[in-house]
Amino acid sequence: MPARVRPTSPHAQIYRWQIGNTLSILHRVTGVALAFGLLALSYWLMALAGGPDSYAAAMRFFQSPVGFGVVLGWTFAFFYHLLNGVRHLFWDAGRGFERTQRHASGWAAVLGAIAFTLCAAAWVWPRL
Amino acid sequence: MNLRSPLAQALGLGSAKDGTVHWWAQRVTAIALIPLTLWFLFSLLTLPSLDYDTVRTWLSVPFTGFLAVLLVAVTGYHSYLGTTVVVEDYVSSSGMKILSLMLLRFLYVLAGGAGIFAILRLVFGLSRL
Repeated sequence: MPARVRPTSPHAQIYRWQIGNTLSILHRVTGVALAFGLLALSYWLMALAGGPDSYAAAMRFFQSPVGFGVVLGWTFAFFYHLLNGVRHLFWDAGRGFERTQRHASGWAAVLGAIAFTLCAAAWVWPRL
Repeated sequence: MNLRSPLAQALGLGSAKDGTVHWWAQRVTAIALIPLTLWFLFSLLTLPSLDYDTVRTWLSVPFTGFLAVLLVAVTGYHSYLGTTVVVEDYVSSSGMKILSLMLLRFLYVLAGGAGIFAILRLVFGLSRL
C-alpha cells in the first residue's frame, strides 16, 4: 500500500473558522493563563505571610503598568473561563445545544466577561 | 456477522487508563469553584484598602483563612486536571509525556502547598519566624 500523507483530524487547514471553535480554544487558553495566575496567587500569599516588606514588593509589581495589565488579563481570563464553564456545564446536562442557543450563550460569555472585567477594573482603579 | 459479545471484543485491548474519574472531578471542582472564586474576588475587592495591614487582618480571620485554603486546594486540583489534558494533547512522545506530567504534578503540589502554608502562617500568627 503506497504511503500517502493524508490530512489528519481535525483538519485544521480546511476547517472553517467560526465562533464555536474560537470560544473552545479561548476556554483552553484562558485555563492555561489562569494556571499561571494560580502561581501568582501563591506568590502573593507567600509575600503576605513574609511580612510588610515582601508584600510591598509584590504589590509594587502588581500595581506597575505591566503587572496591572497582566492582572487585568487574568481577570478577563477568570470571568470568561467562569462564564464559558457554566455554558459547558449546561451542555453536560444536555441543554442549550440548538444553534441559536449556542451562539447566544457564546456571545453572552464573551461580552459578559468583558463587562465584568471593566467593572472590576473601574472598581479597583481608584483604590490602588 | 460478528457473534462475539461486546465484552469479548473489548477484552484484551488494554487498559483505558481511567474511566470517568477525571471528567467527573473536573465538573465537581468547577461547580465548587463558582462560589469559592466569587467569594474570594468580592471579599478581596470590597476591602477598604489593599494595604498590608488590611489584607493581613482579613486573611488571618479563621473563616477567611479556611475558605482561602479551600480556594487554593480546589483551584489547584481543577487547574491540574485541565493542564494535564493540555500536556497529554500536545506532548506526543511518551517519554517526554511521562516526564512533563510528573513535573506538572510536582509543580502543582509545590505551588499549592506553598500557598496553603502561607495562609496557615497568617491564621496561626507565625508570620515572623
